[in-house]
Amino acid sequence: MTPAPAPPGLTHGPLAGVAHRALIGVLHGVFTGLANGPFSGIANALGQPFLRYAFIAGTAIAAASGLVGYFVVLRSQVFTGDALSHVAFTGALAALAAGTSLLIGLYGACVAVALAMAALGARGRADDAAIGSVFAWVLGLGALFLTIYTTSARGANGTSGVSVLFGTIFGLSGTQAVTDTAVSAAVCAAIIVIGRPLLFASIDEAVASASRVPVRTLGFVFLGLVGVTAAAATQAVGALLLLGLLAAPAGTAQRLTARPFRAMWLSAGIAIGSMWAGLLIAYAAPRIPPSFPILAVATGCYLGAFAITRRGALAGPGRRAPAGSDDVRGERVNPLG
Amino acid sequence: MLAPASGIGLSWNIASDIRELLAYQFMVNAFRAGTIVAVAAGALGWFMVLRRQAFAGHTLAIVSFPGAAGAILLGVSATAGYFTAAIAAALVIAFVPRSLGGRAASSESAVIGTVQAFALACGALFVSLYGGFLNGLTSLLFGTFLGISASQVLTLLVVAAVALAVLAVIARPLFFATVDPDVARVRGVPVRLVSAVFLVLLGAAAAEVSQITGALLVFALLVMPAAAAQQLTARPAVSFVITIGLGLVIVWLGLGAAYFSVYPVGFFITTFGFAAYVLATAGRVAVAAARRRGKLADPVIA
Repeated sequence: MTPAPAPPGLTHGPLAGVAHRALIGVLHGVFTGLANGPFSGIANALGQPFLRYAFIAGTAIAAASGLVGYFVVLRSQVFTGDALSHVAFTGALAALAAGTSLLIGLYGACVAVALAMAALGARGRADDAAIGSVFAWVLGLGALFLTIYTTSARGANGTSGVSVLFGTIFGLSGTQAVTDTAVSAAVCAAIIVIGRPLLFASIDEAVASASRVPVRTLGFVFLGLVGVTAAAATQAVGALLLLGLLAAPAGTAQRLTARPFRAMWLSAGIAIGSMWAGLLIAYAAPRIPPSFPILAVATGCYLGAFAITRRGALAGPGRRAPAGSDDVRGERVNPLG
Repeated sequence: MLAPASGIGLSWNIASDIRELLAYQFMVNAFRAGTIVAVAAGALGWFMVLRRQAFAGHTLAIVSFPGAAGAILLGVSATAGYFTAAIAAALVIAFVPRSLGGRAASSESAVIGTVQAFALACGALFVSLYGGFLNGLTSLLFGTFLGISASQVLTLLVVAAVALAVLAVIARPLFFATVDPDVARVRGVPVRLVSAVFLVLLGAAAAEVSQITGALLVFALLVMPAAAAQQLTARPAVSFVITIGLGLVIVWLGLGAAYFSVYPVGFFITTFGFAAYVLATAGRVAVAAARRRGKLADPVIA
């Protein structure tokens, strides 16, 4: 991949690319460095190819989910992420039922639906009953494809449906790991390139479009990236759980800092940390499916962030106090009473 | 699987088809359970769509999956797990979001997304700890109509009767509080209490529906009939009756179709529900277009 030309004023761009590459380098360093240290058990574990693939692909996927998730939460598009997770399941099983590669269905369905939603969203927001009806039906179709696949000769083992739903990061092959890592790295690079204008467009769309930021194009590109990330993350944590990997680190980061780019990198860092901790726990306790500790750590971070910010809000009457008092004394404030 | 050689098959004679459907006790139980669930889900789903709490209903339904999986792991009946988890989650949703400071909508949706994903992860953990129970997992997620016992039907009936009775008591204040919460509060309606009670009832309904359609497809019976009916008419009483009627038709057709095919019941129920919603929307759009054309045509003729 050639590094894209950074627009003037984009100070984070090239640095971030280096940071990401350095991250993978550091990861390798840690693996080899630990071999003689007290963590030799862990280092031995990392000698096993399946765990190495899981760590490399997982790191890249977590970084992409953290970066993309930050903007998903910022733009209030969490429900879109939920929708894409349903589509990922149906797309993957449709491809399996048709006898083609799972990856084609996964990426094809996610990106196509993400772009379609970007096109629809520009015209007017559908209400949640409409969205809910469509997604329940999409999942129903997924159940149909699951049955077609498991009752056909190809899917005799019947575990593919479960692994699409809940992820099989320990089952990644070498080529899959390389594909996922490359795709996720490309997503990270794209987010870094469009990060500044996308932030502008997300926070104040009107002013951004007035100062010639291509708001609509950015919306399309961004939802396309969400689709690609959803497809990659489906293989790591599964279609049903990828929403947590998008929402939890980003929500944590937003509670901890108000500065946008710091929150963005914090989100990616929390996602990667959750991924590493989750993989190690799952390796230590083989009966636990890896998706559970990954999401448990991410959720725990979110809870911790809540506890910290809560105490801060109680200690000093900050800017949140008026909203709280409004809520509590709603009846008395109401002039009609 | 479901199509053994013992003469099961769809014929053109509808009466004999229905007789065949009802020849087996498990199918009679399935129809009884489906009817109870359709009525309860229709009634509560109608208020849910009116109150725009579809996301909350979705979350309650998803939470019932780890509840059922955890109950099976502990050796308790799955039915108890469904109800406990969904009602507990309803209480949490009713009382927590206020104290989180519902200012930023974006952070609130991040909370819901995280809770959903974590609940599903817990469900996956319980199923995996229970060990090698893949068919059970599929039916927890996507529903089954096989093996519903008479005692389960009785449980469904009791819970649905209690839920509908409570709904009948709070229906008027709930409707008032939904349509105009500020005026309702001024008139002395306990808006927060009514909302909390409604969420608990919704949790019970979501748990009931989960047992037929599976945790992931609850939307099909909670949302689709109500959304379709509210497309057809704006009058509350009429659309309420249409909702329950549509729910019954969708469930009965879905169970019948699933009996005569190898495909899961969840697929048929979602498909029929979605078809009803699409037809209702298309009908409304067509009527509106015809009316507009009529209005436009008049001045041209004049």
